[in-house]
Amino acid sequence: MNVIKDAGHLFRFAGLFVLAFLVFLVVRHYVVPKSFGQYGHYRAAAIGEIGARPVKFAGHDSCEGCHGDVVDKKKTGKHAHLNCEACHGAQAAHALADDPTAVKPVLPDVATLCARCHTQSAAKPKGFPQVALADHYPGLACDSCHQPHRPDMDGGAK
Amino acid sequence: MNLSRRHILVLLPAAAVAWKSVLAGTPEESPNYKMSDHWWGMLIDIPKCIGCGNCVRACRTENDVPEGFYRTWVERYHVSDEDMTNPEVISPKGGEEGFPVAEADDKKYFFVPKMCNHCADSPCTQVCPVGATFVSPDGVVLVDQKYCLGCAYCVQACPYGCRYLHPQKKVADKCTLCYHRITKGLTTACCEACPTGARQLADLKDPKDPIHEFLKTHSVQVLKPQMATGAKAFYNGLDGSVR
Repeated sequence: MNVIKDAGHLFRFAGLFVLAFLVFLVVRHYVVPKSFGQYGHYRAAAIGEIGARPVKFAGHDSCEGCHGDVVDKKKTGKHAHLNCEACHGAQAAHALADDPTAVKPVLPDVATLCARCHTQSAAKPKGFPQVALADHYPGLACDSCHQPHRPDMDGGAK
Repeated sequence: MNLSRRHILVLLPAAAVAWKSVLAGTPEESPNYKMSDHWWGMLIDIPKCIGCGNCVRACRTENDVPEGFYRTWVERYHVSDEDMTNPEVISPKGGEEGFPVAEADDKKYFFVPKMCNHCADSPCTQVCPVGATFVSPDGVVLVDQKYCLGCAYCVQACPYGCRYLHPQKKVADKCTLCYHRITKGLTTACCEACPTGARQLADLKDPKDPIHEFLKTHSVQVLKPQMATGAKAFYNGLDGSVR
């Protein structure tokens, strides 16, 4: 009889363990996010959240709809492979607006813009067109001879 | 911090609401995008890079990268033909404002754009103690900033130095391969802004992607291949001196 009486302590102890485990399961159910573990050891919903952020560069295709003339001109010159926003900067605020005319993009400063790519430096690839700014018609703005959309010397007007 | 009982009573409901938003999450933005159809990487064509810094500026604009931190940056190497193991490397402000003019000498120069390699077996995701950083099913290494504790284990683990702790948010931050753009059919901001095509977004699961033809016809390498990270930033014309 004594043995069973003593075993009662163990049963109570085991009961406590089972209860603690159940509490753990309940707490875990509420604390672990629903999508955790869907694809791996992380919260799958985070993927959607990161993907939902707004864009700032509108992308080349957004420009073509309205600025087809510039795009066509660009295609015939040495800047054919450049995306518009490479020089004009992020334009989603303008291009993706309901009324694009309401947001007028600021024209880039030709002097700094051209120099960024075309300043002569021994570090640049040999075939890339570059000029020593001090020797190449100093004082003259680049776009007096080279129109940025078609920088070839027969570029003509913008 | 000295918290009174009143403060805690005020903070608790706010914390509960915040946690609720973490639990719920927001649905995926691009319903037409199927993660299983893509496996993203990047092609970096070193002979085409002119060191203009357009990518660094574009990345900062697109992703609100805090001042003094970089998700992508450009390095300029200056290597002698005799001592390839000690190249002179500069990256003033990550190349954001371009590079000083280089005079020709008997050593060679070249630019190397750097960024997250979006490793398939990435060391950074393996060390995260809470599952806040992971490789997505389409092969992009991302950070769940609502889950991140800011312990910076991942910052130490990245062999390429591509992560940092966001100075305001105090959580890990890194290149997302412009995940919010590529899932909408756009290219990354750095690729969009690159004037020479030195960077090209690559979808390795898309049989029509020009990356396949390029990889077949060029000698392409990844950074630190000995680390077996499964890096997916493929470098064309990578010099042995690049680390």
